[in-house]
Amino acid sequence: MTQVERQAWDVVVVGAGGAGLRAAIEAREQGMRCAVICKSLFGKAHTVMAEGGIAASMGNVNEGDNWQVHFRDTMRGGKFLNHWRMAELHAQEAPDRVWELETWGALFDRTPDGRISQRNFGGHEYPRLAHVGDRTGLELIRTLQQKIVSLQQEDKAETGDYEARLKVFQECTVTRILKDGDRVCGVFGYERESGRFFAIDAPAVVLATGGIGKSFKVTSNSWEYTGDGHALALLAGAPLINMEFVQFHPTGMVWPPSVKGILVTESVRGDGGVLRNSEGKRFMFDYIPDVFKEKYAQSEDEGDRWYEDPDHNRRPPELLPRDEVARAINAEVKAGRGSPHGGVFLDVSTRMPAEVIKRRLPSMHHQFKELADVDITAEPMEVGPTCHYVMGGVDVDPDTAAATGVPGLFAAGEVAGGMHGSNRLGGNSLSDLLVFGRRAGLYAAKYAQDSARSGRPAVPDEVQLDLAAAEALRPFSAEGGEAHGSAGPAENPYTLHQELQQAMNDLVGIIRKAGEMEEALHRLAGLRTRARRAGVEGHRQFNPGWHLAIDLRNMLLASECVARAALERTESRGGHTRDDCPQMDREWRRVNLVCRLSDPSGGLAAPDAGHGQIRLERREMPPIRPDLLGLFEKDELVKYLTDEELTQ
Amino acid sequence: MSAYKAHFRVWRGDVDGGDLKDFHVEVNEGEVVLDIVHRLQATQAPDLAVRWNCKAGKCGSCSAEINGRPRLLCMTRMSVFGRDETVTITPLRAFPVVRDLVTDVSFNYAKAREVPSFVPPADLKPGEYRMRQEDVGRSQEFRKCIECFLCQDTCHVVRDFEQNKEAFAGPRFLMRVAELDMHPLDAAADAGIDRKRGAQEDHGLGYCNITKCCTEVCPEQIKITDNALIPLKERAVDRKYDPLVWLGNKIRRREG
Repeated sequence: MTQVERQAWDVVVVGAGGAGLRAAIEAREQGMRCAVICKSLFGKAHTVMAEGGIAASMGNVNEGDNWQVHFRDTMRGGKFLNHWRMAELHAQEAPDRVWELETWGALFDRTPDGRISQRNFGGHEYPRLAHVGDRTGLELIRTLQQKIVSLQQEDKAETGDYEARLKVFQECTVTRILKDGDRVCGVFGYERESGRFFAIDAPAVVLATGGIGKSFKVTSNSWEYTGDGHALALLAGAPLINMEFVQFHPTGMVWPPSVKGILVTESVRGDGGVLRNSEGKRFMFDYIPDVFKEKYAQSEDEGDRWYEDPDHNRRPPELLPRDEVARAINAEVKAGRGSPHGGVFLDVSTRMPAEVIKRRLPSMHHQFKELADVDITAEPMEVGPTCHYVMGGVDVDPDTAAATGVPGLFAAGEVAGGMHGSNRLGGNSLSDLLVFGRRAGLYAAKYAQDSARSGRPAVPDEVQLDLAAAEALRPFSAEGGEAHGSAGPAENPYTLHQELQQAMNDLVGIIRKAGEMEEALHRLAGLRTRARRAGVEGHRQFNPGWHLAIDLRNMLLASECVARAALERTESRGGHTRDDCPQMDREWRRVNLVCRLSDPSGGLAAPDAGHGQIRLERREMPPIRPDLLGLFEKDELVKYLTDEELTQ
Repeated sequence: MSAYKAHFRVWRGDVDGGDLKDFHVEVNEGEVVLDIVHRLQATQAPDLAVRWNCKAGKCGSCSAEINGRPRLLCMTRMSVFGRDETVTITPLRAFPVVRDLVTDVSFNYAKAREVPSFVPPADLKPGEYRMRQEDVGRSQEFRKCIECFLCQDTCHVVRDFEQNKEAFAGPRFLMRVAELDMHPLDAAADAGIDRKRGAQEDHGLGYCNITKCCTEVCPEQIKITDNALIPLKERAVDRKYDPLVWLGNKIRRREG
């Protein structure tokens, strides 16, 4: 039997980004004892990298804004594949979630009359994003972090212990959700620092682990984004949806090579920046799709006038939703009109005075100066698409964030699916984290309360703990491969990771083809077999090679979901573009592709790793509520909905 | 610029001790020190421990000392060193080593908890906050802090005198006090909290003798000394010696 430290809490939150911290705050305020587990130090989560802002229809800058308009924009951005109920709740509750942050000490940029300033962003009809320069994510994470400290101070005053009701277990990785029959009963993981195992028994677990971007070579995501929550959910028996939809942010840095993929905020365009090709042409005017024809400027003059007079002009096409802009850049580069390092030019230097650029985009100014020797107040940036966000995730109940089929499991933020449909609008992520983070915390707390009354699940049994420990320790005995039934030499986890990233980037990237995706599935099968033999040197104390070897399981599972679902969906929509099926198909709008583990017993890995681990099924979307459909013109709906749906 | 082999010396060890190990490693155009550390992990030292996250200077995880100077590994370009120069990376000196380049920074989290939190004004509901940009700008500068703790590492009050750690919060958390003190709507006073007195009496503001070492290493270019610590000292001093305040305190104490 392995040495495992054990503790008991009411609610466990996995992940300490915006969604996780907001969930934890809520669970604690509901009176539950809440443990937060995160892979990094407290306050370092990927949310800090969000730049542009939080979308919320407060109407501070344009009074025409309200939740209905925000809802409409969100559905259009997602090409109507969004779960309408999530989009509705999100649009309705986002303003309250932003205002609440001010009561916890957040300091947003202000309007002249002292309210929270709001900026323009792609796909949003009105200026809607609450922001702090271009470091909004940092403000969000710090505010939530400080709110947690404030609650801990209250607990200290009352009980003498800061961590009596709310504790952050930092630099810990969860590798398994533990179950009592169908129900969740806790989590298993290891401390990164010491390598020691721990198990926390808890009736409710909230997954808030973010995305999967580290499976791709060019990405804006940090090392933490290895699809942990996606994999944990699958292994616990919960399905994922919409995994074929991966957002490639149109503007990542392309040079120098070591920074390729680092994000260049959409605020650059929101504040007036324009995209040009090597011929100096503002090419986005050539890429306005039919569904958006009436809503975007047809000439540069009109687009430029819009910044000053948005009521009488249409917005410039640089502010189309991200999927459209990313595809356009990709096409320009392919047509030979790219910049010297394989991107296009993004220019603010000719659009705004240097002081304004430095004030509104300080971290972009700093980032380009420090990392690329480019002064964005004097010359254009070179940018190209970078893997940024996964729309797909755990299939959840829209109101409660409860995962389908696994009582006690909840998911919020990027790891949850449905909210953003096939493509997320910029600014809708931070608001999503807050709205559904709070809901997940609330309903996880209620669930934990109920289970306290009706009987907590049994504590995790030794068998589960031993299996989880054996799985985590396998990389240390990888040399004895044959003993594990997978003959061959030990594999370097770093090499496997690089090959995975290359395969996903090349074969399931921004533009997809059936043959390439089949090839990707073939390569994933090979990598999966080899990953069973991923071996590491040294000991368990803060050993990054070991950590990566464990994370590979999760990246491979998430990657297989993306590749299988993408191969199945024979149309192009949002963050899923197929060269061989370039049209959007109204019949496909009604379909969610659901991914489940093929071996539902949750066996540690299918004994034959060459076999696929993911089973796909099609599921029909619930019809959109009539009053919500009524927010759109019929002319627009016919572009998305089938005739049958329209006549119902 | 073509690729070349650089000479690196990286401290490897743990709480029981360790030493500098030599590495010869490839460097390509445009790379930063963190890229080289990652190459070492992938090719020569898979278990080399290092913290990092965003690799874009936004999260403050990859703090270490490069040739003796506290810096972010992800924002230090290789081009600042000569090709023949040996690059030496050591863990932050002011904190206990965990392993290799990873240190135990729990000191900072303990200090963060000792600063009383923002107190919301009782008479304003969410959505009713009104503040002018000029008034929030001062605290916003301090909220740019990415908590890399380089200032905490370099500040000689704790770097050279371990025993001061108990009484001294360090530049980052004194700046946090200044940030809250300058927040236009913080209602700490109504809750009986005197942030200026707290800075002096609970967080060791008096230890700071404004040598500006913290400002020099700040990767966010926050003017910690000039804009946070000196104004806080001035306010704290006013508070301490202002005869009216003194009298007021006397009277209140007598009443109590």
